[in-house]
Amino acid sequence: MSFTKDHLLGIEPLSPTEITTLLDLSEAYVALNRSSEKHGTALAGMTQINMFFEASTRTQASFELAGKRLGADVMNMSMAQSSLKKGETLIDTALTLNAMHPDLLVVRHGSSGAVNLLAEKVNCAVLNAGDGKHEHPTQALLDALTIRRKKGRLHRLCVAICGDIAHSRVARSNLILLGKMENRVRLVGPPTLMPKGVEEFGVEVFDDMRAGLEGADVVMMLRLQRERMDGGFVPSEREYFHRYGLDAEKLAYAKEDAIVMHPGPMNRGVEIDGAIADDINRSVIQEQVEMGVAVRMAAMDLLARNLRRKRERARLREAAAHG
Amino acid sequence: MILYFHNARLIDPEAGEDRLGSLTLEGGRITALDGDCPAGAEVIDCAGKCLAPGIVDMGVQVGEPGAQHKESLRSAGLAAAKGGVTTLVLRPDTDPAIDTPEVLEYVTRRAMARTPVNIRAMAALTRGREGREMAEISFLLDAGAVAFTDGARVVRDTKVLGRCMSYAKGLGALIIGHPQDPGLSEGACATSGKFASLRGLPAVSPMAERMGLDRDMGLVEMTGVRYHADQITSARSLPALERAKRNGLQVTAGISIHHLTLNEFDVGDYRTFFKFTPPLRSEDDRRAMVQAVADGLIDVICSMHSPQDEESKRLPFEEAAAGAVGLETLLPAAMRLYHSEGLSLPQIWRALALNPARLLGLPCGRLAVDAPADLVLFDPDAPFVLDRFALMSKSKNTPFDGARMQGRVLATYVAGACVHTQEKADA
Repeated sequence: MSFTKDHLLGIEPLSPTEITTLLDLSEAYVALNRSSEKHGTALAGMTQINMFFEASTRTQASFELAGKRLGADVMNMSMAQSSLKKGETLIDTALTLNAMHPDLLVVRHGSSGAVNLLAEKVNCAVLNAGDGKHEHPTQALLDALTIRRKKGRLHRLCVAICGDIAHSRVARSNLILLGKMENRVRLVGPPTLMPKGVEEFGVEVFDDMRAGLEGADVVMMLRLQRERMDGGFVPSEREYFHRYGLDAEKLAYAKEDAIVMHPGPMNRGVEIDGAIADDINRSVIQEQVEMGVAVRMAAMDLLARNLRRKRERARLREAAAHG
Repeated sequence: MILYFHNARLIDPEAGEDRLGSLTLEGGRITALDGDCPAGAEVIDCAGKCLAPGIVDMGVQVGEPGAQHKESLRSAGLAAAKGGVTTLVLRPDTDPAIDTPEVLEYVTRRAMARTPVNIRAMAALTRGREGREMAEISFLLDAGAVAFTDGARVVRDTKVLGRCMSYAKGLGALIIGHPQDPGLSEGACATSGKFASLRGLPAVSPMAERMGLDRDMGLVEMTGVRYHADQITSARSLPALERAKRNGLQVTAGISIHHLTLNEFDVGDYRTFFKFTPPLRSEDDRRAMVQAVADGLIDVICSMHSPQDEESKRLPFEEAAAGAVGLETLLPAAMRLYHSEGLSLPQIWRALALNPARLLGLPCGRLAVDAPADLVLFDPDAPFVLDRFALMSKSKNTPFDGARMQGRVLATYVAGACVHTQEKADA
């Protein structure tokens, strides 16, 4: 078996083989999603709970659709306005849900490591849909799938990740994944938005965006949250766009066939020029959204297989013990 | 009663000696070293095991008043006796804080009735540890406070701290600071670097400690007060500390045993029992700190005993409480310095007993005639696996759970009375 994990908590624990297995299966789901019969049965009979402690529209919708297309019963819980307000701890909430016997738990939380903590306390498969500034593994996987389809490979590419690296879980998962698959990763942004210790990451760091984009195959833009632009980390929105916003002039430094990616939601005119985002020859932003559903289907499918196998083994052990 | 310890490996931090000998005690005091066995004495054959001054643990948090469910004076006292700690020096970060002579008297009176070991208390430097108004330093000294500190809360206002120091200087009081730039370290729960960045944890540079120390050293130079830094944990702070000492300032520094034996990677997958204030440092820093203890640049090793219940720890790392219990693991953890880092037992005991006692003006911490008979008899080699649920502390938050350790306390004596023996504890 080339995918052995019980949970998908991050890219860090995955092996290159596991990443490839997941992407290969995703391809099949891309085809399924493009057909008019969009139904699989991989999760038939299973219950999927989406627990979002942070508001999310896109990721939650993508996970919901992925689960439904594979035949799971999907329940959405917006934890932002629920029991946590009443003082219940994360663990208690998890145990309450665990008692309802879900099979897949999709969790987003504002604290790094919160999803790992939760995964220790429940006996179903847990998928990390973003935890604090730690990881967002399905985003990195969908980005990888998009790159592989557009570039024909996922190795020996030069990928420039630009913007607010320090606060971005997307950037972390992506740079880990791209590194594992043996790509050349560049981080581009002002020093205030670079994580500490970045020089030990095995990446190249650029303060100047034009130098950072020089010869890149892939330009990955990150969202910059508006509250970080008011003088705290960068002086102003317009100065940021001037130096780090992706426009045609800066993109010209990248390879001619370089693709432009963005995890969304975009701030047009802040980190990316609207014309670039809409350029169907360069921008793959819509395709990323499409790949998101397929990758999440594949991830849940693989975890469900492992879960079934684990339960079957436990059942056999029990039968042997009593027999 | 007269006790005669025979065939003991005496650890004398004052003379820097580690040798076989005998020790006689009577009436709560040490009466002879290498003397003959007095008539009528109870003879204890130490079988070559170590006999050292009892540990003076500077900076123990007990939840009394305010959080008895985490640790009471009684449970802390039992833990101390089991860990070879004969003098508990309480931190004032209780609720309410120990910031008036009344609270101080309440705590010491309750402690005397409930704990088998000596108890001394530090008092808050400012009222409510809020960093605004001076506590009644003179009254608190009269009530028995051995030092003044706001614990891990930094007095942000430099003018307030400067005045506290001037006033304390006039009274000869010792001030204990927490060197840390409060702005930089706010909200941080890890040391900045690759590990914290990949874990996505809010982090602070070790430079914040140096900056805090630099500020405090400036104030010490202005006021001439006696100053002790509670924890120096980063190599970047050492030159500043060394300079201050060389310039004749009355400055000393401590470190928790956790920062000497663990590093940032021990946090692993967000293990909250490894969350400390300041956070665990890099391995380079840890090794520099071990060397600083060996050189005597860092004077004191303490447990920074901080009991936390399960609810405070079973949270996402950022939200979890910091600190660990340490009274019972201080000695075996310190043995790692002996077994793996090449420190001698007298060197270690200088930091565990002699220096803290001197700093606080206590007569203990020495193996000398007429010194109080506060002693610990221990086997530095005995191996065991730590089970956190076997701890005497009410709280079980130790980073050493499941760890293989060496060094067991065989018996603890306070003022000549045996307050713990391993046989009784095991029975």
